[in-house]
Amino acid sequence: MHHGPAVELEEDKAIAKKTRLGVILFFAYLIVYAGFVAIGMIFPHAMGMEVIGGQNIAVIYGMGLIVLAVVMGLIYNALCTKYENQMNKEEQK
Amino acid sequence: MIYEVSTIAIVIFIIFVAAVLGLSFYFGRKAKSASGYYAAGGNIHWAVNGIAFAGDYLSAASFLGICGMIAFYGYDGFLYSIGYLAGWVVALFLVAEPLKRLGKYTFADALDAKFNSPGIKLTAAISTLVVSLFYLIPQMVGAGALVTPLLGFPHWVGVVLVGSIVILIVATAGMASTTYVQFIKGGLLIIFSFIVVIFVLNKGLTVKPGADYHEFKSMPAVVENGKIIGFADSTYKMVSQHDEKDMSFVKLEKEGIFSWWKVSTIENITILEEALSVVSTKDGKKLYNGAPKEDRKFFQVGHIKKLIYKGKEVTETGPVGPLAYIKTLEESQIVRFPSKSFVDADDKVTVYYQTVTSGKNIMKPGLYYKLDTEGSFWSRLDFLSLMLALFLGTSALPHILIRYYTVSSQKAARKSTIVAIAAIGFFYMLTLYMGTGAMVNGGLDVESSNMSAPLLAKTFGIVIFSIISAIAFATILGTVSGLIVAASGAVAHDLMDKYMNKQMSEKAKVKAGRISAVAVGLIAILLGIIFQKQNVNFLVGLAFAIAASANLPAIIMLLFWKRTTAKGISWAIVVGMVGALGLILLSPTMYEIYGLPADTAPIPIRNPGIVSIPMGFLTLVVVSLFTYKKKNMKAEVVSND
Repeated sequence: MHHGPAVELEEDKAIAKKTRLGVILFFAYLIVYAGFVAIGMIFPHAMGMEVIGGQNIAVIYGMGLIVLAVVMGLIYNALCTKYENQMNKEEQK
Repeated sequence: MIYEVSTIAIVIFIIFVAAVLGLSFYFGRKAKSASGYYAAGGNIHWAVNGIAFAGDYLSAASFLGICGMIAFYGYDGFLYSIGYLAGWVVALFLVAEPLKRLGKYTFADALDAKFNSPGIKLTAAISTLVVSLFYLIPQMVGAGALVTPLLGFPHWVGVVLVGSIVILIVATAGMASTTYVQFIKGGLLIIFSFIVVIFVLNKGLTVKPGADYHEFKSMPAVVENGKIIGFADSTYKMVSQHDEKDMSFVKLEKEGIFSWWKVSTIENITILEEALSVVSTKDGKKLYNGAPKEDRKFFQVGHIKKLIYKGKEVTETGPVGPLAYIKTLEESQIVRFPSKSFVDADDKVTVYYQTVTSGKNIMKPGLYYKLDTEGSFWSRLDFLSLMLALFLGTSALPHILIRYYTVSSQKAARKSTIVAIAAIGFFYMLTLYMGTGAMVNGGLDVESSNMSAPLLAKTFGIVIFSIISAIAFATILGTVSGLIVAASGAVAHDLMDKYMNKQMSEKAKVKAGRISAVAVGLIAILLGIIFQKQNVNFLVGLAFAIAASANLPAIIMLLFWKRTTAKGISWAIVVGMVGALGLILLSPTMYEIYGLPADTAPIPIRNPGIVSIPMGFLTLVVVSLFTYKKKNMKAEVVSND
């Protein structure tokens, strides 16, 4: 019985490199996210401290996590596309 | 609360629902094959799929639940926005492309791609069903909450209405139609939420939210030995006093109408502050602020007590920027309306009393999840558990995972995830403004936190309210459609076709999917009525915890640990799912639903993820180590089943 994808996928030589990059970026984000949770749990009062432009840590850190996810996503996509172009083209040559 | 029904609202609502149905039927005609029904033929454009992801994800929980929770508890509601969005990082970096490579139509296909194991097919299908049903409950509750103010129907009618429409959509269409419905709805939701936030910022902050906002009364009182013996306004008569552990309320009467007041002490002066009340009398009547519901004595609330703008106390700020808005809120004092329930002379009384809260406390965690000195070890653990489940739950939600099969390539899967993150992230930033906007602009129905975002829109006019409500309703239609496609896929594709190995034609598979969709839809309607009183966002948090506990260990370990075996995956799904469900059923939340005191629940935390997610991972590792054979791994694993 066929268990493959719904559409036929082209061979991708960059899988290993992209996977490694994904894991690195995941752990980088995890550290930042864990920092937010840790402050909330261990130093809840610090969340109310003003940092930049009169905004407190909770607002800056919370909004920052959202923005960071978008920025890291764009970086990931740019690097993955670069790997795909390089490695799959090399293969074609 | 009772709501005015508007003709404009009804017309806009009907147009939206008709458009959604029309679109569904149009694309439904194309879904003749199993691939068309479950995966839209795998040819949706990545940008469309990305916004459709947002449409799927920004469900009733995000729009109604998060905004409501922020409106009632401040920043604690925003924690959900942060956690939900962070979960997409796991989806993008770890899951999107590998899952696209492995799967065919469903999440079970992906898990089973290496093993062809009956155990995985069965457990993954059951897990998909359970998670989808848990996710369906809040959508149905949200539908009921929305239809009440929009069309004037009772809650259960809303649940039945949305259930019926969705069954019609899914039973006649499939993934292509739900994708385009989600694309349009997701886009509209973000655009109109942005418009509401512009309205909020343009209006600025004020101590009087609107010309018709209720003027709360207060009066000095004389107290002796803890009992009120007199007060300033002689037109009121004292009826009774009810003392709680840390607060007192008095019942007054004026012109035959009874009202409840909170006893407060400000600078050594005792005063009575007017409160809202809902009283169920012993003869079966329900009185809102002392009168029947139809008399419309109950009103929306939410205002600022003391407004500090640029260091000075003012009555209004005028238009403000997004940063100045938050800073001003932080420096001001805001009135919240917590509730207290008690029995007074055989009447069941719920009082919603004014509590002045510093903006500094509203704009940081702590009002819902007690984290500071008031907080216990368990409340901190509950917070950690929630944040863990939100982070790990997204990439384990079956109705999100199936969307990776609607695009043509791994690259398209990746790009659509990034579009989703950008769209969803932008929306979640808006929730902070919509939630606090409702909190200070009279956008609170104290009886239902789920209505804050639509009621905020209502303060800016009936048209924007109607559009927002119709979009919210379409949001629910779309999300429920996606969930029912996922659940029906689990039954018809994973269980009947793969696990039971029934030899079905393409047409029969689609028919089985549609019959399953009707059955799942009917169950969802029933559950939506039972869970009416719960905050939809909280309920979604539970669905995330079950998904993260049952599915995520299987997905992650399959992708990143070579020793993972079929039995390891099956047992991890079972243990994670049963563990999460068991912890939920014994939690304070469920005890409240059972009608038992929450503090008698054997499990002290409301979010199970901190226990059940590690249980899933641990089970997978232990079982896999026992069942892993080095040589000829694939053949050995198949024979193990």
